[in-house]
Amino acid sequence: MSSDRTFALVGNPNTGKTTLFNALTGLRQKVANYPGVTVEKKVGTGRDRHGAAFTVIDLPGAYSLDAKSPDEEVTRAVLRGERPDTPQPDAVICLVDAVNLERHFYLATQVMELGLPVIVVINKTDEAEERGITIAAKRLEERLGVSVVPMQANERVGMEALQVALSASDLAQPQWTAVEDGDPATRYTAIETLLEGTVARSEEDRQTPSDKWDRVLVHPILGWVVLLSIVGGLFFTLFSLAGYPMDLIDGTFGWLGEQVEARMAEGDLRALITEGIIGGVGGVVIFLPQILILFFFIGLMENTGYLARVSFMMDRLMSGVGLNGKAFVPVLSSYACAIPGIMATRTMESARDRLITTLIAPITSCSARLPVYVMLIALMLPVGTAGQKALVMIGLYVLSIIGVYTFAWVFNRTLEKSEKTLMVLELPSYQRPSWREITLQMYERGKIFLRRAGTVILGLSIVLWAMTTYPKSDSEDGSEQLAYSAAGRLGKTIEPVIEPLGYDWKMGIGLVASFAAREVFVSTMSIIYLGEEAEEDSVRDRMAEETRADGKPAYDVRTCLSLLVFYVFAMQCLSTVAVTRRETNSWRWAILQVVYLTGFAYLAALATYQIGGFFLS
Amino acid sequence: MTDSRHLGQLTAGEVAAVGGMDLPETAAGRLREMGFLTGASVRMVRRAPLGCPIEFEVGGARLALRQADAAQIFVQ
Ligand SMILES: Nc1nc2c(ncn2[C@@H]2O[C@H](COP(=O)(O)OP(=O)(O)OP(=O)(O)O)[C@@H](O)[C@H]2O)c(=O)[nH]1
Ligand SMILES: [Mg+2]
Repeated sequence: MSSDRTFALVGNPNTGKTTLFNALTGLRQKVANYPGVTVEKKVGTGRDRHGAAFTVIDLPGAYSLDAKSPDEEVTRAVLRGERPDTPQPDAVICLVDAVNLERHFYLATQVMELGLPVIVVINKTDEAEERGITIAAKRLEERLGVSVVPMQANERVGMEALQVALSASDLAQPQWTAVEDGDPATRYTAIETLLEGTVARSEEDRQTPSDKWDRVLVHPILGWVVLLSIVGGLFFTLFSLAGYPMDLIDGTFGWLGEQVEARMAEGDLRALITEGIIGGVGGVVIFLPQILILFFFIGLMENTGYLARVSFMMDRLMSGVGLNGKAFVPVLSSYACAIPGIMATRTMESARDRLITTLIAPITSCSARLPVYVMLIALMLPVGTAGQKALVMIGLYVLSIIGVYTFAWVFNRTLEKSEKTLMVLELPSYQRPSWREITLQMYERGKIFLRRAGTVILGLSIVLWAMTTYPKSDSEDGSEQLAYSAAGRLGKTIEPVIEPLGYDWKMGIGLVASFAAREVFVSTMSIIYLGEEAEEDSVRDRMAEETRADGKPAYDVRTCLSLLVFYVFAMQCLSTVAVTRRETNSWRWAILQVVYLTGFAYLAALATYQIGGFFLS
Repeated sequence: MTDSRHLGQLTAGEVAAVGGMDLPETAAGRLREMGFLTGASVRMVRRAPLGCPIEFEVGGARLALRQADAAQIFVQ
């Protein structure tokens, strides 16, 4: 009887649904210590005690079934079987937080009124214990007539008992009289009756361990010092520590290229492999250490609960430009990648706020820009220290933050007004960082980065290599061949447009190529400069030697700055265009986003180069 | 409702009982779902470094509200 049942995981945000989902299915969906991590349903399979398979659906957190935001709407629709792509669940695993049972039963009791069998999981019992709260789960079980399982999902405590409950051949319907009245107060009264005598608090100990941390971490002065140190530390590590593994990767690809060269006869095929594939893909993969370091820091902040505090500290700045406080998490996630960032806008109730946040999300400096920044900063400051380079990097991030605020303000001014929405930010308790979760996230992110390098970047590199190689000129000289090639002609065609920005036609090729994905700028540079001069020079040395017609270096400070500013603002990511189109359900906003960002990037880079002319020559 | 002192006027550590709210229905509904019921006891924990939002303790949870919203929630 118990074969292939479908269970849905339901609960308030941040109760540990995804943690439990991962434990049941062995999958690795994203878990983090702030509300609103999961915004779309996820399906997996697990096995019960008899070895029978069951399906589990992880759902976005919701405060009630009267959905107010799109992520809550997903949960409501799946539970009612209104999503055509998802079967209606046969039973619901309802997660409640042991520290705050009353509020969590608000949703739980609504779920109990759906007419589905229910298993109640009381999660985070460790935290409750720490605060001197004890819960009589057995008594609750008798009252409700369904299994009530105390758990600590992150440590897999209670899994055994949950498995027993899941494997029962007959899952019970809860004994609960529906609350007909829509007034929350009536429901809370009913919950009070239900919970009476089941929760014992040792004494009103209001000083939680979190409060001690908060006294420093959100302190009016110390709070900022800590935040700046973390960000500074991140960028410093990006330039200092990452150097060693980067050299290692660089060396490996160099060795690979030599092996191919030693074994294959000279010709187009060999050039395709050494310049196009090894050069193009290797040029990007070399930045893997930076990606891992970035996600280590992000993971640490998310995992401990510090991220929610940063949101708390920064909200004043958000409201100043009319941004919803909940925009913080989407904006911050966009620093990793705009795609999950834009998806995260689903936690916001107002369509207008979602739109504004979506439109500005790509200005945040996503991790795909990192390779471009690192390469250009190194070119710009050939003898600079890690500290100086980190400072330039901080400058770029500050610029992107200014951009976010400015455009949020502009859109807030211009878009049609709607009813003001309420901002409620839930601050979770701090938690010791789980190195397992952080490592897992770094691993997942590293995998995504490498997969991209092996697919999108590889494909584009091959196309680019072909475009720089054909049609063939009679010249032996690499430079002349490049100028003669399809890519070269393209670069020369757009050169007049980009010349005022300080770019030559070779950079133009990189710019055009990176419209599909930003990292391609880096691989294009590898392909162009390696192809030109098949010497053993590294790409960076080769770029540093590149000169203009007048003999001055092509990548001088002015040009590098102009390029950096362009990359801060330009919308060069086809996947983001696709997500914006899907989430806003219209091409209009997707196109507007490309046009306004790229247009602004052009103007900003132009201004940088032209104004730079007065100071740097 | 005495005078119409509101949540935005509480000082750190002060405890008060929620009274009426002057907010749009969806917003008021959400707040009630989250525990800001008439009569519920709310403790003001701290203000953010820039003065807004304000952290409150309701039930066992910590919720931050913006000054403008808190000013629409009156205390008894
Ligand atoms: N102390 C404690 N923390 C837990 C427990 N279970 C999960 N967590 C942590 O709680 C946080 C939230 O877990 P998630 O699984 O992401 O929560 P969720 O319910 O999926 O959250 P949303 O997707 O935002 O709705 C994470 O930091 C977990 O590590 C537990 O039993 N005890
Ligand atoms: Mg989740």
